Amino acid sequence: MRTTLSAEALDATDRLLINRLQDGLPLVHAPFAPIAHEAGIPEADVVSRIARLREIGAITRFGPFLDAEAMGGAFCLCAMAVPPERFEEVMTLVNAHPEVAHNYERQHRLNMWFVLACERPDQIAEAAARIEGETGLKVLRFPKRHEFFIGFRVEA
Amino acid sequence: MILDATDRRILKATASGLPLTPHPFEEVGRWLFLPENEVIARMQVMQDEGVIRRVAVAPNHYALGLAANGMSVWDLDDAQAEVLGAQVGALPFVSHCYLRPRALPDWPYNLFAMLHGQSRDEVEAKRAEVAALLGPACRASDILYSTRILKKSGMRLSGEG
Repeated sequence: MRTTLSAEALDATDRLLINRLQDGLPLVHAPFAPIAHEAGIPEADVVSRIARLREIGAITRFGPFLDAEAMGGAFCLCAMAVPPERFEEVMTLVNAHPEVAHNYERQHRLNMWFVLACERPDQIAEAAARIEGETGLKVLRFPKRHEFFIGFRVEA
Repeated sequence: MILDATDRRILKATASGLPLTPHPFEEVGRWLFLPENEVIARMQVMQDEGVIRRVAVAPNHYALGLAANGMSVWDLDDAQAEVLGAQVGALPFVSHCYLRPRALPDWPYNLFAMLHGQSRDEVEAKRAEVAALLGPACRASDILYSTRILKKSGMRLSGEG
């Protein structure tokens, strides 16, 4: 996952697809038609290139990005200080929870940072409590107070 | 927005990704025994209401050469945090920026800003730019580099349809 792809792994069309497809696809019968037109390739090739980009790990997923809050739920960033010798064990316990949407190892005393995404706000505390119970480790919770709008895109 | 059972079936069916065909919504409809135009109409309402932020690719920062990814964190004077947070969020190299509660005594920081670069030196230079912008309103800061993606599945819906 951490390896950088070689420069030859992506051609200019792949880079165009990665850059454009971060902005969102129209919800229509032929959603790839505009980008296929721009890239000058058939829609079927856009699709097969996306599949390949996922296989080689250039993209991690392609689909709807959901906002838990807009459906009445909640997101919460959480952190744990996991003893290094228990890291793999705790990672397995934490990742097994469907509420854990993503999880990163970071260099710090608080070395495991994950996001809980739940359909109801009270499920955040429940999920954190279950993880604390299973691991015996404290789960610090950092719900967002304010999100500043950003338009950042990774340039491929 | 309150999702009904059909909305939920659509979200669950697409949680791990859209089918890779030229007509993905038709294919989702086939899975769920729904006409394509109903799949599209329901997804459009969910997108208009913000439940679906967008249908898009998630790039792998590491694979694309952004090998250094740091969560910079800042202990900002609460009275100035909103104004300064907005300024940090507007910097072109900041990908996410949030105000969050502190967790004293473990954690004194209230502003989180994700910084990305091809090397840690590049990220440190960006971090210095943020520090210069914040000035004396920032009492302490740190940066937590990610060393491994442990999970990245996105939100999943629980329970039945």
